[in-house]
Amino acid sequence: MSEPGAPLWLLAELTYKCPLQCPYCSNPVDFAHTGVELDTDQWINVLREGRELGAAQLGLSGGEPIVRKDLELIVAEARKLGYYTNLITSGIGMSADRVASLKEAGLDHIQVSFQASSSELNNWIAGTDSFDHKLEMARAVKDNGFPMVLCFVTHKENIDQVDDMLNLATRLDADYVELATTQYYGWAFLNRDVLMPDRTQLESAEAAVNRFRDQKINDAMKIYYVIPDYYENRPKPCMSGWGSLFMLVTPDGTALPCHSARVIPDIEYPNVKDMPLSDIWKRSDAFNKFRGFDWMQEPCRSCAEKEKDFGGCRCQAYMLTGDAAATDPVCDKSPNRQVIEDAINASRQPEAKPLVFRNAKNSKIIQSTVQD
Amino acid sequence: MSNTEQSAQLTQVPKLANGYRLQWEPAQDSFVVLYPEGMKVLSGSASEIVQQCTGEQNVAAIIKSLEEKFPDVELAKDVLDFIAGASAEGWLDV
Repeated sequence: MSEPGAPLWLLAELTYKCPLQCPYCSNPVDFAHTGVELDTDQWINVLREGRELGAAQLGLSGGEPIVRKDLELIVAEARKLGYYTNLITSGIGMSADRVASLKEAGLDHIQVSFQASSSELNNWIAGTDSFDHKLEMARAVKDNGFPMVLCFVTHKENIDQVDDMLNLATRLDADYVELATTQYYGWAFLNRDVLMPDRTQLESAEAAVNRFRDQKINDAMKIYYVIPDYYENRPKPCMSGWGSLFMLVTPDGTALPCHSARVIPDIEYPNVKDMPLSDIWKRSDAFNKFRGFDWMQEPCRSCAEKEKDFGGCRCQAYMLTGDAAATDPVCDKSPNRQVIEDAINASRQPEAKPLVFRNAKNSKIIQSTVQD
Repeated sequence: MSNTEQSAQLTQVPKLANGYRLQWEPAQDSFVVLYPEGMKVLSGSASEIVQQCTGEQNVAAIIKSLEEKFPDVELAKDVLDFIAGASAEGWLDV
């Protein structure tokens, strides 16, 4: 196999600590059992090695990255190394002073997530009283001259608010707004039946986006609208292919090719404390596991579209079919497509299941249930 | 583009929009423009133009300095088109 290209995107999940409890969080459900967080010097070493490999975009995420008191130090070092530094935050735990000190440290951009466009729904989904503070932080982000992305993770409970979300983003002078439909991994997979919107909701949301664009209400604001892949008939080109452009380092230093890769059993993911990042990226079994096309089975192997979508998502293939090398069942050529239809049908059942909120208590309960 | 539009464009003073950054990227062997969660890899000629868009000189001056650097190339129209295109895409403020 030829040498892989550069991991252009390095995502540093600095901590799993988070004051919010969003039930669609992409963190693993057993996050409470993670190892000790990397310290400042260890993170800086990861950044240096990533830059040498050719990483240009750095995401600082979590959990809630603002919880880390050394965030400014990490940002300053990243900026000095030449990264474009993106902070992905809920805004909770942030203060206007902190926004200013991050600007001074050289941070390039802040993405603020909102759980909804109304205080009531936002606070319920987040599991905390957070809406007003988020508004305040979004204003502080703009006041400090940062480009701002507002991110709304959408699902059954809030997707009918798309008009309001776009208007809120306009009022806050966002440069970009992401309407990102929940992807069913981590906590969102656990809560899939409750979170999945129906087709009518998706069509209304898309119509709202188009209306907003057609009426040129705010041309300067770029809108990204992503529908859940369950409603597509071809899979998403997940991560542009396994180990192709993206590397994630978890709070304890485990290197992963995507957020949820640890759901796939029998892959030993290397830790940045034990191995140079270059060896992890180029030579580790974990990162080479699904590179290229040799691992594919039919119908992917002979499919004309395999170089377009890389067979979809390995984690989703495993979670829904039990085989990580299978065709992503979103694809209507997959012999397992029925599991997607079943999931959509299950989400239509009227009896309400309770949402499981992302917090350490639930994480420990889930983990001990798995172990029993 | 009409003559009036063209002469109006010559007086514009372009610079990268807020949040966009030009830098040499050894791994790409190219100049790139970085922006929130994204990167444009610039061609050789594009990078020559963007390096001139510092917010300190107008388009006429940019064309003049590029003509001095590349005396054998007919480049005025390409520069005007490039700047108009980048500004329409939102990454160059004029």
